[in-house]
Amino acid sequence: MDDLAVAADNGGEGMTDEVAVLGAGMHPWGKWGRSFVEYGATAARAALADAGLEWREVGSIVGADTVRGGYPGYVAGATFAKALGWQGARVTSVYAACASGAQAVNAARAQILSGLADVALVVGADAAPKGFFRPAGGDRPDDPDWLRFRVLGATNPTYFGLYARRRMAVHGDTVEDFAQVKVKNSAMGALNPYARYRKRVTGDEVAASAVVAEPLRLLDICATSDGGAALVLSSMEFARRHGAAEPVRIRAVSTVTPHYPNTVLDLPDIATDSAVAVEPAARTFRESIAGAAYEEAGIGPEDLSLAEVYDLSTALELQWYEDLGLCGAGEGAKLLREGATALGGRIPVNPSGGLASFGEAVPAQAIAQVCELTWQLRGTAGDRQVAGARVGITANQGLFGHGSAVVAVR
Amino acid sequence: MSCSRTPVVEGWFGGEGDAFRLLGTRCSACAAVFFPREDVHCRNPRCAGGELVEVPLSRRGRVWSYTDGRYRPPSPYVTDPELPWEPYALIAVELAAERIVVLGQGVPGLTVADLAVGMEVEVVPGVLHEDAETVWTTWQWRPTTGVRA
Repeated sequence: MDDLAVAADNGGEGMTDEVAVLGAGMHPWGKWGRSFVEYGATAARAALADAGLEWREVGSIVGADTVRGGYPGYVAGATFAKALGWQGARVTSVYAACASGAQAVNAARAQILSGLADVALVVGADAAPKGFFRPAGGDRPDDPDWLRFRVLGATNPTYFGLYARRRMAVHGDTVEDFAQVKVKNSAMGALNPYARYRKRVTGDEVAASAVVAEPLRLLDICATSDGGAALVLSSMEFARRHGAAEPVRIRAVSTVTPHYPNTVLDLPDIATDSAVAVEPAARTFRESIAGAAYEEAGIGPEDLSLAEVYDLSTALELQWYEDLGLCGAGEGAKLLREGATALGGRIPVNPSGGLASFGEAVPAQAIAQVCELTWQLRGTAGDRQVAGARVGITANQGLFGHGSAVVAVR
Repeated sequence: MSCSRTPVVEGWFGGEGDAFRLLGTRCSACAAVFFPREDVHCRNPRCAGGELVEVPLSRRGRVWSYTDGRYRPPSPYVTDPELPWEPYALIAVELAAERIVVLGQGVPGLTVADLAVGMEVEVVPGVLHEDAETVWTTWQWRPTTGVRA
């Protein structure tokens, strides 16, 4: 039993092969009111053009599913393949809530590394409703996501509020610290043509916005958006034959689950696991997401040039600093105040502008994070370029225990 | 017409007055505690699996964190759209004996201004909402020392 546990901890020893990122493409984020298929197909065509490849040369398509697109959304891989024109490619559709995009990247990577495909197209897109995300309809008391709304009225922002208040009590963070995350991200998002919000925001503007879930205000919490993102991945051998001498490479994809007992209250749960029978692991779930990626990539946080993290709220971005090991526990706000995570700082975080500037298009978002790494590592990120970027990480957490992190290098 | 009192979820809480408790289950093999209750399999991956027996959770705990919802939550939360929205406190409470954090609504009238991390609270019976036939009951958290002014 214990040997099995150790093997599981290692999560696939010796997995060090890389895949090339030949192309990255996005449909601008916004509230466009059109079909997710259009956003995904637009992003896919942009990624193919960026790669210098024809769609019919692609052997595998992986779609990150959207539960908001009706049945075509649940089978997004085939939906995008049809929109691009049936050409017989191998198809995969994956869903892991906010981590769907990283699962799609991982599925494509696994096919390439195992020799099932030379080139894979990864696509995610969403068309989000106005207002709070809500569970699927019906009377479904066996679904924890349904129950937290039915029993508690606990929307996503209320969980963000709980985490933010906990940080204030334990670490001494202030609402002004949280607001400065928005100030930083909006300044970088203003430089990104794919971002939905391209206006710089001040701390006073955050403070003047309405409280949504105390202590967080509207401008502390990410919106829900329409958008699409796509990547063309290939084997290193194919990239060489294709003339990509020094492509951006994906070196690690972490897709870990928590260890029992998971002692951090996670969406959509009403309670944590009890730690009365088993001591919690040394690393929290979020720490293990980054840890698994670092171990697989053979790097540490000190090697990073930049990070793209899932800032569902401003306070959560500070938590990610600590969970990624960019600073010690409780030092997230200090790292922010020092300017280390701004453009020009020691370790810029969310140079894309993050969810603060994009709003969340669920299945596209983790793919969009890798698009940003790709452009940064190529040195083509324009006014928001991180100077000399060589190594980047993305981090994300999907509902129900889906960890995700991607390490890319050049 | 008489209304029946029905728990919003069957088997999660029970007892009258001071005897009111959240109800979880405990594995007879490894002593792991579960809330919401597990009735089929123990979720401890190091446990071969024992009988899961109903167990009342501690009545009192300390506030791990708290927040509120300033906007009306979507369905399936039940509200009267004709009435103005009244925010309520949501409180995550750490139960020391069970080493678990359980979320719940605060009692009516309790606001975030009345709360602090670490404050002692106790579980009490409450009403989630009422319709023509049914009073839907739930659990709520209430400070043990009275509400601060």
